Amino acid sequence: MTTAKKKRFSLSYEQRNAVRGYRFILPWLVGFAVFYVGCLIQLVTFSLSEINIDPGTGLRQETFVGLKNYIEAFTSHPTFKQVLTSSIIDMCIDLPMIIFFSLFVALLLNRKFKGRGLVRAIFFLPVILSADAVGSAITRATELMNAGISSSSAEMTQAGAVSVSYYMQLFGDLALPESVLQYIVDAVNRIGSIIKGSGVQIILFIAALQSIPGSLYEVAKIEGATGYETFWKVTFPMVMPHIITNTIYTLVDRFSTSEVVTLATRTYKELYNYGLSSAFSLVSTLITIAILGLIVYLLNKRAFYYN
Amino acid sequence: MQNTKNAKKEKLTWQEFRNSSSYFDKKSKALNGTKNALLAIFRFIVIVGISYVILAPVIGIISNSFFSRQDSINPMVFTIPINPTLERYTMAIKYMDYLPILGRTVVYVVGITLIQLLICSMVGYGFARFNFPFKGLLFGCVLVMIVVPLNTIQFPLYITFRYFNILPFTIAAAALGLAIAVMGLLDKGKGIRKALMLIAGLAVLGAGIYFTWQNLAAGHPTPNLLQTPWPTVIMSVFGCGLRSGLYIYIFNQFFRGLPKEIEEAALVDGASPGYTYFRIMLPNASPAVITVAVFSIVWQYNDSFFANTFNIPDSILITRKLDSLINVIANAEKVLTIREQQLYFDAGVVLVLVPVVLIYLILQRRFIEGVERSGIVG
Repeated sequence: MTTAKKKRFSLSYEQRNAVRGYRFILPWLVGFAVFYVGCLIQLVTFSLSEINIDPGTGLRQETFVGLKNYIEAFTSHPTFKQVLTSSIIDMCIDLPMIIFFSLFVALLLNRKFKGRGLVRAIFFLPVILSADAVGSAITRATELMNAGISSSSAEMTQAGAVSVSYYMQLFGDLALPESVLQYIVDAVNRIGSIIKGSGVQIILFIAALQSIPGSLYEVAKIEGATGYETFWKVTFPMVMPHIITNTIYTLVDRFSTSEVVTLATRTYKELYNYGLSSAFSLVSTLITIAILGLIVYLLNKRAFYYN
Repeated sequence: MQNTKNAKKEKLTWQEFRNSSSYFDKKSKALNGTKNALLAIFRFIVIVGISYVILAPVIGIISNSFFSRQDSINPMVFTIPINPTLERYTMAIKYMDYLPILGRTVVYVVGITLIQLLICSMVGYGFARFNFPFKGLLFGCVLVMIVVPLNTIQFPLYITFRYFNILPFTIAAAALGLAIAVMGLLDKGKGIRKALMLIAGLAVLGAGIYFTWQNLAAGHPTPNLLQTPWPTVIMSVFGCGLRSGLYIYIFNQFFRGLPKEIEEAALVDGASPGYTYFRIMLPNASPAVITVAVFSIVWQYNDSFFANTFNIPDSILITRKLDSLINVIANAEKVLTIREQQLYFDAGVVLVLVPVVLIYLILQRRFIEGVERSGIVG
């Protein structure tokens, strides 16, 4: 708008260009200012105050209480700390699993084979089936299918359902460290949620693999590189920037469906504790962004940008 | 083994054959062949395994939705019903009010998607092609939108639309109208263009001032927009809808990849930026448009964040109607066993999923190509 007023004197090409640019981004600019900046400021003030909303008249009263909500969240609230830590640990366990899994699947699906389109559609299916109500039906159906299979296999074999403790013992005999073992067990338990959480990432990685110029592979082949070397010296560095993209996407996606967000929602929707809910949102978001920033910083140091 | 046999045929001694070049050729060929075959088998097993994990519950839901009462209590029946029935579907259609609500859902979802496409492509284009002050900072704000999900500000958003304050928008409209009018006044173009800009600018300015005044005169009412589709529409129009940041980013990357010469040619031929954008750039952006359209349709259809935060009524969102299906059927039809209630629910799930799966299958091929070409990954 300010640039528009300068038009009193005839505009240079750059100035006209700037006006045109602002004209294109104008709706978003207004929306960002009102909804994002406005709401973030509100979030901070809400988290520092106690809010009462009269259910009858809908009048809102805010009283400044300082850090009371934060102190309550970290000292007297019964579940917040546990939910927060478990959500963050979940995110941190899921993140590498999802990235490796989706990269692995993208490598598998990148080659030409019969029915590739169908398989790609199947791997995107979890994204299509992500509605809440559908999710509950799918969880139940999975249990039913598993129960059906294990009950029918129980009649055929003596062992019955898969015995986790047997495999735990097996790994224990391999003298793996306890923490590694725990991570493997966690990962196996999460395989369903990892597959469900990597639909978009697989698509992004396939696109990334397609965008690697074929000439690089030709050179590698002529120079006599093995498949293993080609992967680590060509494919992986070329995919590295997209690993960062996928990391951001995955972390944000995991965060927005995590327990701690649900807790914040419940705190304002069911318990009407608006200030506390705002404090929950703010704290969990800041921690997530800090983790995200750290990971992206570490990855970025190793990333190689082709263009 | 095969190699030694061949060697005998050619009447070479083993030593001679081993040192000849054909031995190495054959060896590497055989090795490669085996390796490729093993890899193909490995890939096949992995793909089938993972596909099973994804598809098994879907197959379970579909087969359950055809179960009759006898099938559901017969322990011998697994997956394939003995007495299939369509009763679950007729009941689910009846109690979900399926067709009317699906129609409204489609209008809502497709409408939001069109708004998202228009606004996000415009913003993406603005960032990709024009230089203006604070561009880097503002694009950083787009990235902030990607990194800070709407879930963080859910309560302020709830408050914003519970007590919707129209003033920022009317004042912004008035300022915009003033700017257009001033630009029209200073425009060196032809008379018609100048007059049109003046009239449009003054009209927008007038409307902005009128609505501001009206709102203030009426005691600054803040209407409750919850339980209507308006919050979603308003946020999408102002580029802050569901994952708008991601869509802006996709469009930005795509437009940056297009050659600049196209627009230079248009500029030389005397096309305005708006004309260039709508008639030349947008039609060329079909891969990005398809990508964003599929993402937007699928996510908006399955969305629970907007639906829950703004209490969007179940009469325009079929996934919300599905939530209440079990209770409605249990009460209306006196279905008491949980197992049987769930059969109706499964039929409802299939009904809800059919449209979005169909849309995906239709757009699937162009979607994958679109992701590859739209440079999300660039």
